[in-house]
Amino acid sequence: MDNSRAILAICIMAGITFILRSMSFVLFTHGKTPKYISFLGKYLPFSIIGMLVIYCLKNVSLIRSPYGIPEIVAVALVALLHLWKRNTLLSILVGTVSYMLLLHLF
Amino acid sequence: MNAEGWKRAFLKTLPVMAGYLVMGAGFGILFRVNGYGPVWALCMSVFLYAGSMQFVGISLLASGASAITVAVTTLLVQARHLFYGLSLVDRYKGAGFKKLYMIHAITDETYSLVCSTEAPEDVKPHAFYFAMSLLDHIYWIAGCVLGNLIGGFLTFDTTGLDFAMTALFVTIFVEQWQSTKEHRPALLGAILALVCLVLFGAENFLIPAMVAITLGLTALWKPLEKGVRSDG
Repeated sequence: MDNSRAILAICIMAGITFILRSMSFVLFTHGKTPKYISFLGKYLPFSIIGMLVIYCLKNVSLIRSPYGIPEIVAVALVALLHLWKRNTLLSILVGTVSYMLLLHLF
Repeated sequence: MNAEGWKRAFLKTLPVMAGYLVMGAGFGILFRVNGYGPVWALCMSVFLYAGSMQFVGISLLASGASAITVAVTTLLVQARHLFYGLSLVDRYKGAGFKKLYMIHAITDETYSLVCSTEAPEDVKPHAFYFAMSLLDHIYWIAGCVLGNLIGGFLTFDTTGLDFAMTALFVTIFVEQWQSTKEHRPALLGAILALVCLVLFGAENFLIPAMVAITLGLTALWKPLEKGVRSDG
């Protein structure tokens, strides 16, 4: 991709992201936020994070070698380590290094 | 805001600093591997400022994606910001000129800090949220640019480095899971996303999943709100 196309792509990504970030503020600046919107705002973050975990793993194949083993092991390691230590940096560091090592093993 | 206020904001954002330096460096290195230098990393981290979207952006640039593909992918990946905004409408009300920047600086991490942190008594809440937003942004920019610079000198195998993003979401998932007894929204999100992944495939499942999740939550509106009342 040449530079001008790359700059255009970055502008599109930044522009659309800002529109999405500001949309709710533009729509609900005045008056009370509708009940249904408040309800979604309250519970959607929980669902969205669950969806994002799946999104990150979307290209993992369970039927081709290495059968998703590095991903399953690394995700389990991150979850257990985080349940135990509650240290985001530690969980991410150990999980990522382990994953990179697992990829070399399999 | 006084020095004490900034110090408090700094302490609150320390975990994010650690995470963003690592994640940002991961991005910076991957970006360099794909042929983009520090000025590119600086622009991405200042103007786009989005963890997952920047990683996705690398593959969009690398694959020479069309403007339409870039736009649709951004909408899909970033749609969750619609809902982050929803829960900050009231908190950011009346923040004045700072609000424009604070809206730009909403990320998964800053969002969760702002939602879970009360400003110290002698500090105006908006000034405190602004400080946390700015500090987080600075960590991210530093991580992206430094990673990009250092990645040029280090030649090691970076395969799998992007797992840092997966790990970040897993840690947030675990924290959200432990923050409440109500696990249905989290399970709903993961399960419906998995079902849509199987039905629609890796490239097309995000929007069906978001629609399904919104419908699923709507179906649970009454039971969820009832659960909150009986907890309280």
